[in-house]
Amino acid sequence: MITVTVNGERHQLDRGITVAGLLAVLDLPTEGVAVAIDAAVVPRARWASEVVDGAEVEVLSAVPGG
Amino acid sequence: MTDTVAAVAAGPSTEDLVIAGRTLHSRLIMGTGGAPNQAVLEAALLASGTELTTVAMRRVDPAGGSGVLEVLRRHAISVLPNTAGCHTAAEAVLTAQLAREALHTDWIKLEVVADDHTLLPDAVELLRAAQRLVDDGFVVLPYTTDDPILARRLEDVGCVAVMPLGAPIGSGLGVSNPHALEMIVAGAGVPVICDAGIGTASDAALAMELGCDAVLLATAVTRADDPVRMAQAMAAAVEAGFHARRAGRIPKRFWAQASSPARC
Repeated sequence: MITVTVNGERHQLDRGITVAGLLAVLDLPTEGVAVAIDAAVVPRARWASEVVDGAEVEVLSAVPGG
Repeated sequence: MTDTVAAVAAGPSTEDLVIAGRTLHSRLIMGTGGAPNQAVLEAALLASGTELTTVAMRRVDPAGGSGVLEVLRRHAISVLPNTAGCHTAAEAVLTAQLAREALHTDWIKLEVVADDHTLLPDAVELLRAAQRLVDDGFVVLPYTTDDPILARRLEDVGCVAVMPLGAPIGSGLGVSNPHALEMIVAGAGVPVICDAGIGTASDAALAMELGCDAVLLATAVTRADDPVRMAQAMAAAVEAGFHARRAGRIPKRFWAQASSPARC
């Protein structure tokens, strides 16, 4: 298992999990969202890449504001 | 030929606002924050006639999205993501990049504020972020102070508009320094959008009379007792201020000047 922080909450996840897999396991939406890992954007085209132990993941979407 | 076809054939008229090549018929840009619920927000946006509206980027809610994008899509209102809540250039750049990825637009309303009780722009971080985002291909509309020199510097680094505040965000204090806004307008080669501080319709009209190309507001409408009616008032005020500026106001005089012929 690996420990990953997603939007401020720690999760134990299977080693080898991908970005897309992480979103699915945590039941997060995949449309209208963007992902950053360790303060760098992970474009949708790279969501098949592996999430490493200790990663800080942020998943953002649009909300009313401004 | 219908009016619409004629208008398209003629291209943008001088009455339209053009930002980075995009023509907007409404000079009222809206924000979406502060409404009591989505139905009120939707009705107010429609009443405002806005064609460009801001949203913020926040951690996704696993229980479901806010639905604000659906509202904008339903009415063909273009989305302008902002970087609200960012205190450093690095935070703002990352937020802008995430917004581009999530919303498929390279337009960004750049906000880099110094603290949470003034919400005033941090000039140093703002300029730094603007430079980086322009270099990264963004169409940058910065929320800035009413400092004419900072506005000039933001234009120099490639911002497509400058958005000086009238007063602090959400304060409803109106245009605190009309002369500063006039100086920004006089020096700007890009559209000037009065952003923040508008409290009521006369504030929006004044901003336009001072020569601003558009007004951006949210709270004044969304937190009004009757948001739909205030949205209508703001639309009318922006239009009135625009026409008054174009019409050329009379000079102010110390003494009266009779408008009727002198009696003989």
